[in-house]
Amino acid sequence: MFAEFLQFLFSGITVGAIYALVGLGFAIIYNASNVINFAQGEFVMLGGMGTVFFIGLGLPMPLAVLLAVSLTVIVGFGLERFAVEPARDAPIVTLIIITIGASIFLRGAAQLVWDRNFHSVASFSGSDPIMIGGASILPQSLWILGCTVVIVIALHMFFNHSMTGKSIIATSHNPLAAKLMGINTSMVLLMSFGLSALLGASAGILIAPISLTYTGVGIMLGLKGFCAAVLGGLGKPMGAIAGGLLVGISEAMTAGYISSAYKDAVAFIIILAVLFLMPNGLFGGRGTERV
Amino acid sequence: MNALSKPETGGILSLALVIAILPAFLPNSFYFDVVILVGINAIVCVGLNLLIGYTGQISLGHAGFFGLGAYFSGILVSIHGWPPLVALIAGAVFVGVLAYILARPVMKLRGHYLAMGTLGMGIVISIVLNQEGDLTGGPDGMPVDAFSVFGWEPGNELTWYWMVGGLLLIAVWLALNLINSPVGRALRAVHGSEVAASVAGVDVARYKSLVFVVSAVFASVAGSLFAHYSGFLTPSEADFFHSIELVTMVVLGGMASVFGAVVGAAVLTLLPQLLTVFHDYEMLVFGAAMMITMIFMRRGLVPTLQSAFNRWRK
Repeated sequence: MFAEFLQFLFSGITVGAIYALVGLGFAIIYNASNVINFAQGEFVMLGGMGTVFFIGLGLPMPLAVLLAVSLTVIVGFGLERFAVEPARDAPIVTLIIITIGASIFLRGAAQLVWDRNFHSVASFSGSDPIMIGGASILPQSLWILGCTVVIVIALHMFFNHSMTGKSIIATSHNPLAAKLMGINTSMVLLMSFGLSALLGASAGILIAPISLTYTGVGIMLGLKGFCAAVLGGLGKPMGAIAGGLLVGISEAMTAGYISSAYKDAVAFIIILAVLFLMPNGLFGGRGTERV
Repeated sequence: MNALSKPETGGILSLALVIAILPAFLPNSFYFDVVILVGINAIVCVGLNLLIGYTGQISLGHAGFFGLGAYFSGILVSIHGWPPLVALIAGAVFVGVLAYILARPVMKLRGHYLAMGTLGMGIVISIVLNQEGDLTGGPDGMPVDAFSVFGWEPGNELTWYWMVGGLLLIAVWLALNLINSPVGRALRAVHGSEVAASVAGVDVARYKSLVFVVSAVFASVAGSLFAHYSGFLTPSEADFFHSIELVTMVVLGGMASVFGAVVGAAVLTLLPQLLTVFHDYEMLVFGAAMMITMIFMRRGLVPTLQSAFNRWRK
């Protein structure tokens, strides 16, 4: 009984960590530019598919991972420069359509360059499950959790203790003031897209050994990451992490105890319930509108 | 005569004229098929444009209402043997009531939270349609019986064409009437600034709910028509991608322009047909077209071309 619960909890935390990474990507770009990047899910896809591709070329795993992440970051830079930057002052709806157009474009490009098949990636270190309290946990789950923790700590250090990180935060608070203080705000935007591409790609690579990877893998992961980001209150990195874990765990519990058919609906039902009661997310402050 | 000189009346007359003479230029039933789909999409877009273009509220879930209307007709007619027209109305009433219940909490949201809320709503509807296989046939879809009113059936493409064309004209006429009424002015005030509108005595929540319900009912009716016309339904009619297509039609054609919505629906329905010549490049070109038009013609095709035309005339 307890072992079963523990089992669901483990798998929930594993997926939850992935949603958290994707959600963090949304939060970072939103903070820097007020843009919701609907192409975030494609970063996840590029990470996974890129790794498959470079391993296919005969490269060792670590090098393939490095190249896949670099490729995704370059795509992130390109997205900012060629699609978002020219439409910076456009209304929200327009920007949403542009990033969705970008995500269709990237998926189309990936299908063209690679293929439409499902691919598996070998686990980072073995696939013999480890038993804890009667529940089994895959070594890859530990990799996911470990890497997520490392990434979150690194991000925290970056935003609080480095000049670049601080200038991103400053820009998110007030772009004009930041610019007057000598911060290169257009560089900050570019950085934020690169950083969130890096997070997305990492998530895609980490999850690939557990669930297969294919060119459409980013759609649901991206939308659920968006759920995670909104749940925590948009633009709150810690909120996105909490939101991701909440979505992941509720999903696993629903699949385990209620019905696996409606597993994918859980994230959206939670978000609807939360938004209806708290229109600014779980941790979002009460916004006031300037007239 | 005075009414005729109004630009709106002129517009609706030219649309009627286009609908009237278009069949002369359509060589075969394939073209009729595409044009009928344009008409069905245009009905949804005219309604959605009231919400997005005039009131300034985005919805990333309207395909959900389209899908609900479609499945309502499909299930009631094909399984329970209801008359199609009654099923269509029942579907529209059901969707209207559902939209009314959802409107208060959904319309309280703003900006990206509204995008998320409507997106979630649409996805939940599409997951339900996918999972309730006993009722909907699940991902494999379900066949739908032909449309008929008191024994009369629109047998061929041409009758369908006139039917959809007529309904589109009615939809445009209703939308124009709404826009040029006190309600329409209230909606535009809400778009400008909700605070200012409420200070001026506009019941913001009520008007936003009203337009949400109207746009949902338009989508539901179009969905029912589509179900009978295509004769086969799959849950993809209600999915996220279809919602995005609908929003793109509205924005591409031109927000706050009823005829823009019709043009947007036409362009985006025709584009995939043209793109089939690109085979594997289809998605790539579609995504690029979405990005490029949005970057360079932010106000949409119709308003951009209109102001270009006005400049040229001067």
